[in-house]
Amino acid sequence: MGLLLKGGLVVDPAQDLEAERDLLIENGRVARLAGTGTIPAAGHEVQDCRGLVVCPGFIDLHVHLREPGQEYKETIASGGQAAAAGGFTAVACMPNTQPVNDNAAVTRFILEKAASARQVRVYPVAAISQGSEGKILAEYGELKAAGAAALSDDGRPVSNAQLMRRALEYAHTFDLLVISHAEDLELTGHGVMHEGLVSVQLGLRGIPAAAETVAVFRDCELARLTGARLHIAHVSAAGTVEIIRQFKAQGAPISAETAPHYFTLTHEAVQGYDTNAKMNPPLRTEADVAAIKQGLADGTLDCIATDHAPHSVLEKDLEFDQAANGIIGLETAVGLSLQLVATGVLTLPQLVAKLSTNPARLLGVPGGILREGAPADITVLDLHRPWTVDVAAFKSKSRNCPFHGWQLPGRAVLTVVGGEVVWKL
Amino acid sequence: MHADDARGMVFRRKDLLGLADLSREEIQAILTTAASFKEISTRSIKKVPTLRGKTVITLFYEPSTRTRTSFEIAAKRLSADTINLTVAASSAVKGETLIDTARNLEAMAPDIIVIRHACSGAPHLLASRLKSSVVNAGDGLHEHPTQGLLDMLTVWEAKGRLDGLKIAIIGDIAHSRVARSNIHGFRTMGSQVVVAGPQTMLPPYLAELDVEVTFSLTEAVADADVIMMLRLQLERQGQMLFSTLREYSRFFGLNPGHLELAKPDVLVMHPGPLNRGVEISPEVADGPQSVILTQVTNGVAVRMAVLYLLSGGEASGTAT
Repeated sequence: MGLLLKGGLVVDPAQDLEAERDLLIENGRVARLAGTGTIPAAGHEVQDCRGLVVCPGFIDLHVHLREPGQEYKETIASGGQAAAAGGFTAVACMPNTQPVNDNAAVTRFILEKAASARQVRVYPVAAISQGSEGKILAEYGELKAAGAAALSDDGRPVSNAQLMRRALEYAHTFDLLVISHAEDLELTGHGVMHEGLVSVQLGLRGIPAAAETVAVFRDCELARLTGARLHIAHVSAAGTVEIIRQFKAQGAPISAETAPHYFTLTHEAVQGYDTNAKMNPPLRTEADVAAIKQGLADGTLDCIATDHAPHSVLEKDLEFDQAANGIIGLETAVGLSLQLVATGVLTLPQLVAKLSTNPARLLGVPGGILREGAPADITVLDLHRPWTVDVAAFKSKSRNCPFHGWQLPGRAVLTVVGGEVVWKL
Repeated sequence: MHADDARGMVFRRKDLLGLADLSREEIQAILTTAASFKEISTRSIKKVPTLRGKTVITLFYEPSTRTRTSFEIAAKRLSADTINLTVAASSAVKGETLIDTARNLEAMAPDIIVIRHACSGAPHLLASRLKSSVVNAGDGLHEHPTQGLLDMLTVWEAKGRLDGLKIAIIGDIAHSRVARSNIHGFRTMGSQVVVAGPQTMLPPYLAELDVEVTFSLTEAVADADVIMMLRLQLERQGQMLFSTLREYSRFFGLNPGHLELAKPDVLVMHPGPLNRGVEISPEVADGPQSVILTQVTNGVAVRMAVLYLLSGGEASGTAT
């Protein structure tokens, strides 16, 4: 018996498809995709998708699942539930766990945990350098063989430009994407929020946008020099969008992501010393938000990723200077991203490309397309189902979310991974 | 400022966290009340029963002699019971969180907690969790509202007004909570504020706070009614904010020659403690224009007023 998704608007940019279709799932794969009413329902479980949008499953290529090491914040299982509830069928998890995912044993541990959790697909991102200490390259060949999908020293940017050059070359050797957390730590100094009027008012040390842009420029130059594939993580600054746009125009092998908070909030959210508005890179200005929206619209920014960063009250219920960076995002990302469609920043196919097609292509993983024979990783959206964000209802173990109480226009109502329903509203 | 303006006005806040969000009327009420309290400190028996039965805790996470003593004297002159807690920042990091400390103190039912903390916003965190009143005695780089108020009281007493005066603030504005409180306070009261220092010490976006910014000390002090020198924090020498003390003193230290550029009746102020010979020459610090010790005297009066008003006292309408 298969699962028949009947009458939904199928939006699949990989096939340039935006039309009402019936979609039959059998044996974990897309068995048939055909005009509405053309697939007989007999013998299948039928899901009425009229009025809903059927998309290739969303892939979040930037999350922190905290396992191994900080299971009180999140586990691979709880993070997987949060992802499924948020409409994601796959996540790529960053290596800043304890121990760091800089070796095949940790990569295999993550994959085993993910397999037994039976939620979403989990793609481990391994460390660029051993211990993410920025000194010695990790074993990229072994890591890839063990299942690592990409490389990053996220959270601990590579300061040494020579190491970054060698990392790009060595990663290129094994055809692994390098995801750069681009930040000049000296310019960041002791900064805890964007350097601007609000930081001056609040007396908080500022992080200038230049702390991001100078590092982005360095890494883009190194990508051009080496020919290796570089992905810029969590773009927050207008200057970064412009640098990436120029390098892409010159054909450099660069891609980039931003996160929903960077196109939704500004540094004003820090007023009142709200530690749920503390993240790195920091929330910036209206002009930065506008530039990021523009970058999404014109294709400079390829992906929307959450940078889901769970923290407990132990790390957040503190003085602002001492609170940890980061917010969770898996369960709000789709709702916040749909605001971009509602306000005309992106078309629906553009949004699906940034949440599914492009991340699948960049990671080189299955999914991102709904053609017959492809894995049945599917996200079904209801664009017109307003809901109120309630952190108490989150599947994530953590509650560090600045959007509590927000009204969002729509959400994922069905998440299917390999033909299995992992979330249904 | 006339007595009539303040009559009947009440300062109705639970906390005093900064001057940025105070109205002109509220600042006026505090200054007027403070002026009326000054007389108490000149009596042979320097004590009134106004806050008898009230408990004031000073909770200091940073070393301080002047401010803590000033708050304690202010509370005692109003007959409040005072408890002083000094917490070494290092042990706080390792041990109890600020919120837990606050909850424990709250369980002992204090009326007012006076906090100094190295983290900007720490008093706001306390205030949001506690029923007690919270007074910010200096938070990180953010504000030091009672310092701003005592500075304004000092200027107001000497000049009879704040409106239209030119206030020059010189030094490390970026790392000064005193500067921020004074900028907000004097701007709200209608003064013109100009700040000067090397660009390393001037935060960007200051102009958006309606402040004039210059790199030139002589430009800043020209025709000034008040020159406020900030303490150069010598421990910042390693932070690339300036080259040598010698050069800093030469270009940003106040000496008698500068006073000739200012108004004849210019006031020279400094929040203390002084680095004599660095940001201010001894002749100026001890000269006839200096009101540095008056600032200290007024600190007690302003803190008495703040404790009194936060305890529900009526603003004075009879001062001056």
